[in-house]
Amino acid sequence: MENNNSYFGGAVKGVKSLLTGLGVTMKEYFIPKVTEQYPENRKTTLHVSERHRGRLVMPHDAEGNHKCIACTLCEKACPNGTIKITAEMRETEDGKKKKFLTDYQYDLGDCMFCQLCVNVCPQDAIKFTNDFENSTFERGSLVLHLDKELQYESSLPNIIDGGAPIEIGKWNTKK
Amino acid sequence: MFDFSIVTTWFDSLLRETLGLGDFLSILIECVLVGVFILAAYAMLAIVLIFMERKVCAYFQCRLGPMRVGPWGVFQVFADVLKMLQKEIFFVDKADKLLYLVAPFLVLIASVGTFSFMPWNKGAGILDFNVGIFLLTAISSIGVVGVFLAGWGSNNKYSVVSAMRGAVQMISYEMSLCLCLITAVVLTGTMQISGIVEAQSGPFGWLVFQGHIPAIIAFIVFLVAGNAEANRGPFDLPEAESELTAGYHTEYSGMGFGFFYLAEYLNMFVIAGVATTVFLGGWMPIHIGVAGVDSFMDCIPGIVWFLGKAFLLVWVLLWIRWSFPRLRIDQILKLEWKYLMPLSLINLVLMTVIVALGWYIK
Repeated sequence: MENNNSYFGGAVKGVKSLLTGLGVTMKEYFIPKVTEQYPENRKTTLHVSERHRGRLVMPHDAEGNHKCIACTLCEKACPNGTIKITAEMRETEDGKKKKFLTDYQYDLGDCMFCQLCVNVCPQDAIKFTNDFENSTFERGSLVLHLDKELQYESSLPNIIDGGAPIEIGKWNTKK
Repeated sequence: MFDFSIVTTWFDSLLRETLGLGDFLSILIECVLVGVFILAAYAMLAIVLIFMERKVCAYFQCRLGPMRVGPWGVFQVFADVLKMLQKEIFFVDKADKLLYLVAPFLVLIASVGTFSFMPWNKGAGILDFNVGIFLLTAISSIGVVGVFLAGWGSNNKYSVVSAMRGAVQMISYEMSLCLCLITAVVLTGTMQISGIVEAQSGPFGWLVFQGHIPAIIAFIVFLVAGNAEANRGPFDLPEAESELTAGYHTEYSGMGFGFFYLAEYLNMFVIAGVATTVFLGGWMPIHIGVAGVDSFMDCIPGIVWFLGKAFLLVWVLLWIRWSFPRLRIDQILKLEWKYLMPLSLINLVLMTVIVALGWYIK
């Protein structure tokens, strides 16, 4: 871009834009700060968006039934080979043969949280939750069996619903 | 107003008369004490300034800054200093060992030297010559040598480039820095630090009030040039992580790096302190010509006035630093040689005319 400012015009313009910048930062200096102090606020004001992908879960209803039909679409969709499905053929009461899920193995350590498995699932049997505190001391404990988790419990009480509402400036949460 | 020279004259007479020490011994003891005081104040202020920088920077960026070490993070800097002290000091192969070793001390000498000129209180100025301001600018330019030698001595091409940038910038900006100080000296009529402070004692006697337009221009130009002189703010070209790894101190570890770091912050304080002394009256309280208010202002100790004003200016420097993007080297030189230097030259003439015609507040 051609700079057509004269010497004095340019100087005046420069000073004006510098003062605008100073005004912006001055405003920023006094507004509430966005920092959250995480380990302290995990039970009080911690907010994690509901759609955050923390880990995969398979929701069970009250009788302990899940919706998975062991079609292995998720297993095929997974780019990392995170999911291993074991299924067997069983005969139902009306004499039909049907595939039944015996083990749904999900390796959290290999997962890259791309959500392809959830998108591909025809039954909406699996979904991601925002429960993000997944760290353990060994890789082995990251291998999860989702169909065995009848009652999934998040590590924090109300985190699944998104936790506390977003309140900027509520950072000192040690109560 | 408490006069600190009561304490110093009492101590002097204690050594000379009560203890009966000779000239040599009493001066030696006094010098050692003053030196210890300067270095202690230097280290304390460095810690305060680094903490202040981190907190103020965080607040300008809508963050909280250090919060974990101690309440509100106050011990963070102490932890950093301890870490720095433990680090191994190593030498670079084929570095110019002598220059490499001397450079951080030259930078430190320049900054401690200028630091000693600060008028802390009435009668508590440590170095107080009749050519005070002149000597101060002379000592401050030793810092350029240190920066340059650090880059040259460490046998690293990035350090040399950084040192070149630093030298070019510091030498250029010294020009308008000194012109601004001369503008102030024209009005005060003395170069002695205590004399400059004394000259600002009247009602609205601070130089920015006394010398109105030219003094305010000189004050602002001084802050800009000082910021560049301390290699800070939008003028921190010698420190460029993306282009130069770190800067002229790339090859330094442990306290060698620590000294550069220390000197950087103290240079900022020295710039603020000199601006306070010359333009905002040093330790002089503000007087408005009403006896009641003036005597109340006099009740506040001079050191509180000095530190308050200096830290306010430090805060302004931090505000500028964390608001503006960095300049390119050609923009830096353009700003100095095409804008600030002509401006301060015209300003000097303007100030001279105003003083000659007596148009300032007496």
